[in-house]
Amino acid sequence: MKLAYRMYAGPAHIGTLRVASSFRNVHAIMHAPLGDDHFNVMRSMLERERDFTPVTASVVDRHVLARGSRDKVVSNISRKGEEQRPDLIVSTPTCTSSILQEDLQNFVDRASLYSESDVIPADVNHYRVNELQASDKTLEQIVRHYLDRARREGMFNRSLTDAPSANITGILTPGFHNQHDCRELKRLPGELGVLINQIIPEGEFLKNLKDLPRAWFNTVPYREMGLMSATFLEKEYGMPYISTTPIGISNAADFITQVEKLLNLWAPVLLGRKLNYDLYVENQTKFVSQAAWFSKSIDCQNLAGKEAAVSGDATHAASITKILAGEMGIRVSCSGTYCKHDVGRFNEQVQGLCDEVLITEDHTEVGDTIARIEPSAIFGTQMERHIGKRIDIPCGVISSPVHIQNFPPGYRPFLGYEGTNQIADLIYNSFNLGMEDHSSDVFGGHDTKGISTKSLSDKKNIDWSPEAESEPKRIPGFVRGKIKRNTEVFAKQNNISEVTIDVMYAAKERSSP
Amino acid sequence: MKTPETLAFECETGNYHTFCPISCVAWLYQKIEDSFFPVVGTKTRGYFLQNALGVTIFAEPRYAMAELEEGDISAQLNDQKELERICLQIRDDRNPSVIIWIGTCTTEIVKMDLEGIAPKLEKQIGIPIVVARANGLDYAFTQGEDTALAAMAHRCPEYIHCETNRRRQDEIGRIGIQTTSDNKSTSQGSELTRSNLVLFGSLPSSVASQLNSELKRQSISVSGWLPSQKYDELPGLGEGVYVCGVNPFLSRTATTLMRRRKCQLVGAPLPIGPDGTRAWIEKICSVFNIKPNGLEERESRIWKNIEDYIQVITGKSVFFTGDNLLEISMARFSIRCGMIVYEIGIPYMDRRYQAAELLLLQQTCVRMKAPLPRIVEKPDNYGQVQRMQEMKPHLAITGMAHANPLEARNIDTKWSVEFTFAQIHGSSNARDILELVTRPLRRGGGFTPGFRSLSKQTIGG
Repeated sequence: MKLAYRMYAGPAHIGTLRVASSFRNVHAIMHAPLGDDHFNVMRSMLERERDFTPVTASVVDRHVLARGSRDKVVSNISRKGEEQRPDLIVSTPTCTSSILQEDLQNFVDRASLYSESDVIPADVNHYRVNELQASDKTLEQIVRHYLDRARREGMFNRSLTDAPSANITGILTPGFHNQHDCRELKRLPGELGVLINQIIPEGEFLKNLKDLPRAWFNTVPYREMGLMSATFLEKEYGMPYISTTPIGISNAADFITQVEKLLNLWAPVLLGRKLNYDLYVENQTKFVSQAAWFSKSIDCQNLAGKEAAVSGDATHAASITKILAGEMGIRVSCSGTYCKHDVGRFNEQVQGLCDEVLITEDHTEVGDTIARIEPSAIFGTQMERHIGKRIDIPCGVISSPVHIQNFPPGYRPFLGYEGTNQIADLIYNSFNLGMEDHSSDVFGGHDTKGISTKSLSDKKNIDWSPEAESEPKRIPGFVRGKIKRNTEVFAKQNNISEVTIDVMYAAKERSSP
Repeated sequence: MKTPETLAFECETGNYHTFCPISCVAWLYQKIEDSFFPVVGTKTRGYFLQNALGVTIFAEPRYAMAELEEGDISAQLNDQKELERICLQIRDDRNPSVIIWIGTCTTEIVKMDLEGIAPKLEKQIGIPIVVARANGLDYAFTQGEDTALAAMAHRCPEYIHCETNRRRQDEIGRIGIQTTSDNKSTSQGSELTRSNLVLFGSLPSSVASQLNSELKRQSISVSGWLPSQKYDELPGLGEGVYVCGVNPFLSRTATTLMRRRKCQLVGAPLPIGPDGTRAWIEKICSVFNIKPNGLEERESRIWKNIEDYIQVITGKSVFFTGDNLLEISMARFSIRCGMIVYEIGIPYMDRRYQAAELLLLQQTCVRMKAPLPRIVEKPDNYGQVQRMQEMKPHLAITGMAHANPLEARNIDTKWSVEFTFAQIHGSSNARDILELVTRPLRRGGGFTPGFRSLSKQTIGG
């Protein structure tokens, strides 16, 4: 048992549900007690999703505890199959079903007999893996399932596409700026003359998965999810993959160099020429991305040597550390990640770019470290943003766990050359705000602080009885002043000289907007 | 629609969205100022709490997960030792006056004997430990509070019949409001009746004091609340104490108070909306043989005051998908405001505890000449969405899982959870309820017909 106030990565089933609801026409059925289907709320809220989230719970209640699920899961699966005709139903275990040790495979086998949809059980263990690992695993499981089937049925086309093409692996709902990153990632290879073969799982139909191997290579923008599928495709079908995340100028250049290298394996044979992208990288860096110029400009010069702390998932934390230290000359005092399962790679990435590395899932440890370092800005998750609020340090959010604010309707990729511009803004604004706050304190503070209600007295003051005086303290701060004012106006109109609690409520009842 | 003569109750499959009952810690920890709530469960519950409570989780809350790991599940670790370690850590970090363990589905399934371990640990660490089994196997959303309050009812001190309540009397002092002198039952003139009335249900303290002063006007003093602001201020319970609920989801608490603490339950409608508040006060007055005074005038003044909102919703139809058990009271108030209720979904319907509220609902329908709505227990959300697509209500009061998709299908929605956290009790807050209910209908104003259609997108399917 451990005492935990907050957690960075969610439980395993969330990862499975994210993959299932990212594919098109896939339905997930959770084997869970009432109230565990909170994923639907999250998705509907964060993504502002227009459609019903394709996740249902097969509810575990007392009867299930006493007699086992029996036919419940099976009938729920076949019912969903009839109602919504999904191509696939993913039977999703939760922590509850893990303990019950019910044989999901058996339910799935039985349900497959009745259901027109394919049915598979998600192969994740709640107590061994977290959300990210589970999403990785589930994606690989689904890819494997459909490729194996295509192979068995001889519906298989291994020939490479005529023009160079790539798959994008691991774009998920509700992922941190995934939608915008996806658009940017489609554009980038497009400019290199590389078509996108498939994007999985986001919006893809399962029947198309059989054509995955037709791409020349796979890209895995986020190491946390999609890596397993990419390694599977490499092992089974010899498809190379790129797991460099094109966040920041140097990473983007590195990414394009790798694309060039992979294409040139086949290009001389299939296209009759070798490809070279040096000029493209140079032009993008000079003219499309403002980040290179920004790092030379006076603005950025002022940031030189300022301290920052970075924390987030392995992909984003490592990339942002690289940008801060390598591209902007900011001193990264501490860089950390909660992705314990990817520590080796993370260490390798931030080697020599920061003073200390912090690998932990315990947010209090992160908070204490930040408080000790007292950086000028934090780049982290929503949790670090709140840590920053408490100790008055600005924070730019760079990674999940996220909040509704991190799903902007505006175009805000983190990847690619437009991403570099967005990140420059984010970094600059975080530091700049801190400076503004600081300088206004030096020059006597904001004049907006502690405005009290304007006195309404012309002749006599209105007194507040002690109880009534304490009452507004229970009211949220932002309406307190208004309530005090309304009450005093009401008291004046009714010639009441002392405000009591009853007068306050009477004023509330009378007040019309 | 055909109008049935009596309320029709139906029961469906129970495939509906609601919050897990452990969410009650969100408001209970704020209510009971010196408490700490460890939720004994897995990552799933922690993740839910973190997401559901969004912002509050970052404000140093007095709740945390006692997160079970594989060793706890397979009993390689000793529950009592583990819990002891956790409670000592809590004691050192926060020093609460009471620790309230929230049991979850996991502790139910692995049959962790929380009730057995608690008294032992309580002796050991010197802090009272209360156990509430608020799990999703048995309960929905607000029923979590019910389990917590039922557990706390056992901890209330015994009421001594000749207790003078001197201390409280002094605190309350004399009231400045004119009370009628024709009250035969009050022997003390302008002194309050010593009524031994305990109200149960967790309300924000400002709302609780509003209800207190509503009753004070009728010269009834409330002798205590369950829960109280502090753990050591729990009210005395026992024979001769009248108890009355302020929320519709407190069946277990009511049962515990009656059977185990020998209190007398006042079965009243709930003080939600001016009509409910008035009926609630009248019922309490009748128990103490007091003739209520000034209620009618007060109620009509409130109705007058919310006329502008009522105009917005009169004649509009509403559909409750059901997730927090406030639905019956909310529907009754909506009907009284002139709305037409198509369906009242509700997770669990205790017809004994809510008898007075159901009766008032029926009377309200007759009075407003409105059709009696269907009451659907354990609803099936999929079926409800189908029904909504057919009926096209003006407003759906529903959970966040369905709100955006329904908006996209041209049905205005109000997120139901807001009613649990907003101040909706008592006469003074009638405006606040309607502020919430009318918001989706007022949005877009209707003044600019051309613009309305921009925000609406009809989706096929």
